[in-house]
Amino acid sequence: MSTGKRIAYFLGLPILLILVWWAATLGSTNFYVPTPGKLVETFWRVWISNRFFTDFMPSIIRLFIGLAATIVLGVVLGVLIGSFRWLRSLFEPLLEFFRAVPPPVLVPLLMLLIGINDQMKIVVIISGAIWPVLLNTVEGVRAVDQVLSDTSRTYRITGMARLRYLVLPGASPQIMTGVRQCLSIGLILMVISEMFGSSAGLGFTIVLFQRAFAVPEMWSGIAVLGLVGIGLSAIFQLVERRVLRWYHGLREVQRDN
Amino acid sequence: MLSVSGLKKVYQVDAGEIEAVRNLTFDIDAGELVCIVGPSGAGKTTLLKCISGLLAPTAGTVTLAGKQVTEPPKAMAVVFQEYGRSLFPWMTVRDNVELPLKNQRVPRAERETLVNEALAAVELGHVPDSYPWQLSGGMQQRVAIARAVAYRPQVLLMDEPFAAVDAQTRADLEDLIRSIWKKLGVTILFVTHDIDESVYLGQRVIVLSNSPTVVQEDLAIDLPDERDQLSTRSSARFGELRGHVYEQIQLAKSKAQTGAVRVK
Repeated sequence: MSTGKRIAYFLGLPILLILVWWAATLGSTNFYVPTPGKLVETFWRVWISNRFFTDFMPSIIRLFIGLAATIVLGVVLGVLIGSFRWLRSLFEPLLEFFRAVPPPVLVPLLMLLIGINDQMKIVVIISGAIWPVLLNTVEGVRAVDQVLSDTSRTYRITGMARLRYLVLPGASPQIMTGVRQCLSIGLILMVISEMFGSSAGLGFTIVLFQRAFAVPEMWSGIAVLGLVGIGLSAIFQLVERRVLRWYHGLREVQRDN
Repeated sequence: MLSVSGLKKVYQVDAGEIEAVRNLTFDIDAGELVCIVGPSGAGKTTLLKCISGLLAPTAGTVTLAGKQVTEPPKAMAVVFQEYGRSLFPWMTVRDNVELPLKNQRVPRAERETLVNEALAAVELGHVPDSYPWQLSGGMQQRVAIARAVAYRPQVLLMDEPFAAVDAQTRADLEDLIRSIWKKLGVTILFVTHDIDESVYLGQRVIVLSNSPTVVQEDLAIDLPDERDQLSTRSSARFGELRGHVYEQIQLAKSKAQTGAVRVK
C-alpha cells in the first residue's frame, strides 16, 4: 500500500465520525455533548497551558517508567520461569492468584504500604500490566524450537550467548504480543492510580472536571488519553517492525508455500 | 578417531521402556567418510544424538580423539535434516555461519576469512545478506554445511541431511560433500536411510539392524575414489554393492522383533 493510501485509510473513518458528530451537534444546546469546534477550543485552552507540565507530563513520565519497568521485569522473570521447569511449578499457583486480583483494588492497599507518591502509581501500573508480558514470555521461551536448541548446543552456544542469540530472539514474537497488550493496560492503570488521593495528573484532572461539571473540559481529557493511546501504538509499531522484520518475512514465505 | 563402544539407549516412557539402540560398537578412523544406513526407525537419530553428546547413552561409551563424549565436543559439528529449523531465522546467512566462531571468540579478521571461504565452498558467496528463509531448501542446507565447515571440526556428523530436498539438488549436495571432505580432510559420519546414497558417498557403509539396533554389517566400499553421479552409479560394482546393502536391510527387517516396547 502506498503511503498516501495508508494515510487516507488511517484518517478516513475518524474524519467521517467527526463530520457525523459535527452534523449531529449542529445548533445543539445539549450541555453534555460539546460541538467539535468547542472541544478543540477547550482542548487548546486546557492542555496547551501550564497544565501540560503540571498534569500531563508527570503522568506520561510515570506511564513510561511504569511500562519500561513492566517490560524489563516481565521479560526477565518470564525468561527465568520459562527456562526452568521447577521454577515454573513453584510459581504457577502464585501467578494464578495474583493474576486473578484486579489491579484497581490494589490501589488503596498500595497507598497504605507505599504512600501516596509516584512510586505507588508506578507499582500500580506494573502490577496490572506485567501479566501479558510475563505469561507471553514464558510461553515464548518454552516454545523455542528443539532443532535450533540442539544446533546451539552442538556449537556450544550456552549461557548468556544462548539467551542472546537463541532464546530472546526466538521468543520475541510472543514477547512483542505481550508488550502490545501491556501498553493499553498500563494506560488504564495510569489513570486509575491517579483517581484516589491524588492532587495532579491526567486521571486526577479528568475526575476533577467531572466533579465540577466542567463537561467540555472532561471530554478534552478523554481525548488526551485517546491520543496518548495512538502515540503508544505508533511507537510500538515502529519498534515491532524493526525487531520482528525477520518474523514477518518468514511468515509471508510460509504463507506462500 | 571416533569410537562407539557397547552403546545402548533405552527410553523411559509411560508404557514402560523402549530400547532404541541395543548394542553398537564401531570405530571410525581420522579422515574417513563413513555412512550409516538402516531401515526407518532403526534408531539412527538416537545414535547420532548420543555421538554428538546431545543425549546420554544408557550404557556404553562414545570416545572422540581419546576423550569420552559427555557433552557436545568442540571438535564436532552436526548438520541436521531439518535445515529450516536448524538455521536462525532472525540472522542473515553470514551471521548464521559466523555465530559459532563468534561464540568461540575467533578474532574478527580470521572470522571474516573463514566465513567467506566456507560460503564460497558451498557456492553461496553471493547471498551473505539474505535471510535463510529467502533461500530454497537446497541452499538453506548448504548454509548449514557452510556453518559446519567454517567451524573447522575434526568430525562432521550429518543426520539425513538431504532427505528433505529434491533429487537433483540432492545429487549436487552429495558431490559437494565429497569435495569438501577431500579438500578439508575432515572425518565425516553420514547417516541416511537411502541405500544408493550411502554406497555413492561412503568409503564404508555400516548397516544397522531394525530396532533394537545392532550393527548388521560393516561393509568397505571399494569403488574408485573419483566418483561421478553418472558413471559411478551405472557401474557394475555399484550395482553389486547396493544390491548387497539392500539384501542386508531386507534381512534386518525380517529379523525385526515386534516387541520393541516392553511393558514393565
